[in-house]
Amino acid sequence: MKGFDLLAILTHPQFSQMLVSGLKMTLIIAFCSWTLAMSLGFVLLIIRMLPFKVTDQLVAGYVSYHRNVPTLVQLMLWYFGIANLLPGSLQEWLGDHQGETLFAIIGLGLCQAAYFSEDLRSGFRAIAPGQEEAARALGHSYLGAMMYVLMPQAVRNALPALINHTVSLFKNSSLAMAIGVAELTHAIKEIENLSFRVFEAYLIATVIYLSCSLLLMAIGAWLSRPPRIEGAA
Amino acid sequence: MLANMISIIEDNWLLLLIGQYPNGPLGGIAATLILSVLGIVLAFPLSVLIALARLSSWKLFNWPATALVYTVRGVPLLMLILWVYFLVPLLIGDSVPGFVTMICTLVIYEGAFLSEIVRAGIIALPKGQMDAARALGHSHFAAMRYIILPQALYNMMPSILSQFVSTIKETTLGYVINVPELTFAASQLNNRLLTKPFEIFAILAIVYFIVCWSLSELSEWLEQRIARQRRGLDTEDGSMTPHLKEAA
Repeated sequence: MKGFDLLAILTHPQFSQMLVSGLKMTLIIAFCSWTLAMSLGFVLLIIRMLPFKVTDQLVAGYVSYHRNVPTLVQLMLWYFGIANLLPGSLQEWLGDHQGETLFAIIGLGLCQAAYFSEDLRSGFRAIAPGQEEAARALGHSYLGAMMYVLMPQAVRNALPALINHTVSLFKNSSLAMAIGVAELTHAIKEIENLSFRVFEAYLIATVIYLSCSLLLMAIGAWLSRPPRIEGAA
Repeated sequence: MLANMISIIEDNWLLLLIGQYPNGPLGGIAATLILSVLGIVLAFPLSVLIALARLSSWKLFNWPATALVYTVRGVPLLMLILWVYFLVPLLIGDSVPGFVTMICTLVIYEGAFLSEIVRAGIIALPKGQMDAARALGHSHFAAMRYIILPQALYNMMPSILSQFVSTIKETTLGYVINVPELTFAASQLNNRLLTKPFEIFAILAIVYFIVCWSLSELSEWLEQRIARQRRGLDTEDGSMTPHLKEAA
């Protein structure tokens, strides 16, 4: 076994290039699927507030499916299964345009949306019951009360859970490797195969993942610090 | 499509159930369940130790445990699997089957996550419990062992059960290092049939859904039952506890 040498990977032109593009792909997947998940999470929350039983149960089913089926299986179903049902020309186009990345983003995003919508829903339920009436009594319209009074409180209540699920979304981006996306874990496996420096390669990846996760947790802790309300004593 | 799915199940249910056993390693749902049960059962004592270390005021115990929990929480499970896959043979000096690699990984990963659950359970108990136990002459250790942990663990049973559901979902990652479990069996099937990927992976999703959903429901039922018990409204024989009966 060769001696421990991190620089052998970090300063190697090809390996460092692979590392950077892998990290870039991981960040792209994490960011895009987070955006998709968060917007869809709000949409699902709003649908669930409608006074119809059917829509409520549809969303409940959506959430239940995404929470009880492993994320990897969901990704495989998208990439191997649903992709196969698409018309041929679309399949070809996807093959030429990194379809696997698109499916990874869709799969991870839809899955995490279920978690986000549940977080937001319990954040909503935790709001003191008088808040809506008070906001309406002060002259806010329904939408105004929602946007300026209720939603900010709901998001604040849900923040710890949202942060936790954001971290797990980031970690789950590594699953995209299983459907052939060249993200960080994939790049590390390649580097390991080419350089035979397994320990160094894994160490670099671990440090990168860990620092990103800890950064997210720190941002979360900063965001959920006790709110300072202007004018309040 | 539905007819296709049924015929696939009819032809291959044994492969999905137990893999290639007895002509090969045990696989399929059986292996998935054995992996998850072993993983969580072995992780449990570790998690109690980690939780106690994190609650300890001794930095010698507290710091390494905290570092371990944060590291495991911050690194993808896949990365952890790769580490174990690489390190365990180095440490033992012999190659180990993927099944063992997966169990080792699950023990570390679930140990860290379960320890957070156990810790939360201990913290959630009223402080008076510890004080009362100490006042009655128990040592700190004995109070933990006989008073605190039994209550904390009982209250945490629903969370532990939902962690078990997570474990079942996490065993799918064994597929990446070719552990013969359910996902692996399905992808084997897919490689053999080639023409029906959607049906096969839909079956796979449905099977996982049935297993995990029923366990989640059980966990929810348990949670409500324990919450009722904590309020004193539910006893063994279904009657109210005496002091509440008097109050009512």
